[in-house]
Amino acid sequence: MNRAFNKTSLKHLTGLLQRFQSTLVVAEHNNEKLTPITLNAITAASKLGGEVSCLVAGTNCAKVVEQISKVQGVKKVLVAQHDSYKGAMPEELTPLILATQKQFSFTHICAGASAFGKNLLPRVAAKLDVAPVSDIIEIKSPDTFVRTIYAGNALSTVKCNEPVKIFTVRGTSFEAAPTEGGSAASEDVAASSHAGISEWLEQSLTKSDRPELTSAKVVVSGGRGLKSGDNFKLLYDLADKLNAAVGASRAAVDAGYVPNDMQVGQTGKIVAPELYIAVGISGAIQHLAGMKDSKTIVAINKDPEAPIFQVADYGLVADLFKAVPEMTEALNK
Amino acid sequence: MSGRVLVGVKRVIDYAVKIRVKPDNSGVVTDGVKHSMNPFCEIAVEEAVKLKEKNLIKEVVAVSCGPQQAQETIRTALAMGADRGIHVEVTGKDYDTLGPLQVSKILAVLAKKEDAQLVILGKQAIDDDCNQTGQMTAALLDWPQGTFASEVSLEGDKVKVVREIDGGLETIMINTPAVVTADLRLNTPRYATLPNIMKAKKKKIANVKPADLGVDLTSRLEVMRVDEPPQRQAGVKVETVDDLVGKLKEAGTI
Repeated sequence: MNRAFNKTSLKHLTGLLQRFQSTLVVAEHNNEKLTPITLNAITAASKLGGEVSCLVAGTNCAKVVEQISKVQGVKKVLVAQHDSYKGAMPEELTPLILATQKQFSFTHICAGASAFGKNLLPRVAAKLDVAPVSDIIEIKSPDTFVRTIYAGNALSTVKCNEPVKIFTVRGTSFEAAPTEGGSAASEDVAASSHAGISEWLEQSLTKSDRPELTSAKVVVSGGRGLKSGDNFKLLYDLADKLNAAVGASRAAVDAGYVPNDMQVGQTGKIVAPELYIAVGISGAIQHLAGMKDSKTIVAINKDPEAPIFQVADYGLVADLFKAVPEMTEALNK
Repeated sequence: MSGRVLVGVKRVIDYAVKIRVKPDNSGVVTDGVKHSMNPFCEIAVEEAVKLKEKNLIKEVVAVSCGPQQAQETIRTALAMGADRGIHVEVTGKDYDTLGPLQVSKILAVLAKKEDAQLVILGKQAIDDDCNQTGQMTAALLDWPQGTFASEVSLEGDKVKVVREIDGGLETIMINTPAVVTADLRLNTPRYATLPNIMKAKKKKIANVKPADLGVDLTSRLEVMRVDEPPQRQAGVKVETVDDLVGKLKEAGTI
């Protein structure tokens, strides 16, 4: 009887605690569109069980606020529009997040583990004197998270006893939240004073009609075996047939075949598509870290000893310069 | 700018080693395993030494936090051209729970103490893969940060940093003092030559304790367990392209 009572009251207490949880997701966007990884972060935030708010800070927020208000699971959208948020500099965004935190006392603050999230959240955490948790792949409970270490070769389960849990979310480990069906209210938050110690000058983005690498269903990647940047055309042709994004190994980037934002791996992008086709890639630990959660892996390599064959579902030992055009041709049929 | 650069270097399991998880799931086997300087830290050291060679700064100080063996990592930095080292001795249980928050507190105190104009770190350590220390150090100092740098140029009392971002590159200008974290493409680290390794033995490494710096090492992160990731099932080798395309179609993948 006593035990039963304790159990119910415990359950009640947990429910109560969860109700008191509140998560702030820092939205990533380009003043036009929400960056897709934010939707994965919202799903992760929803798993915590509490209320989810999103902070949209930028020079022009209206369109993004409209998008995010409809995202399922978002209760409230906090908006901070000011010219000082140009380039989303962490020196300017951190005081804003701290002020927002002071006002609403969130139990969790998170963002996608993209270049944006990785740049910003540790700065916020240090200001709050808490240890952040990077690139989580699973939420066990509101204070227990799973993340990979050693280039994905070990899984670490960490319990975070900080008063505020700050973490970044691996986009490929959580579904994207539906972009319809939500009806969040938006509310302006006061812009923080201009820190003025950093200035955004310019960006040069790689333009492409292909799907974005981290969210593509199919990825075709090339390595050193491609031998030149021109030869990457073979992969672009194949990718076009599959509506795939094109990635690369570090070797291909270092050799100058393709720009660095195409790099897949421990220090590049983490992808987990339905189909990953590795062409002329040996399969170093650092590359595998970025793609080994792909559903199906295909390797085309002339070296039968290449480590990539140990993780490939389908391996073809062949000269890529013959096999890739043949495959493109076969897909025409 | 003719100031001082502080470079943080970390001793990690060598990047080429296939790591093993301990049978009791408490961590990863480190005893008897080859260790080296974290590759991103090498790039940070190289950049600092280059700035000195261009006479843009006057002194490079290499710092590492950890047990006795951290001194080897500092020696490597000295052999690459750093002027002197600081070994912040952290051992035993404190070392087991040493994370970016604690290291950034140490670095922030040292940056002030040494009157550094620039702190250069790697963008991440290849063991914990955190990618936090530089950002946190900058925060604690209230300095601007230039993370994931692929190009750094000193322009008067400012630093121009080209950063590797998801869609390409971006250029920012930050005031000094500042914290910069190095991406892979910032430079190609030099090899330490034998004469330089010999010379490095004469360079000084100061030994300090976190307590001397007033840094509390308490951690509120607990590693509950470390597991092997799920292993992939062995696949099949196909003979021809048609075979491959057929199999993928059969599986409904394309």
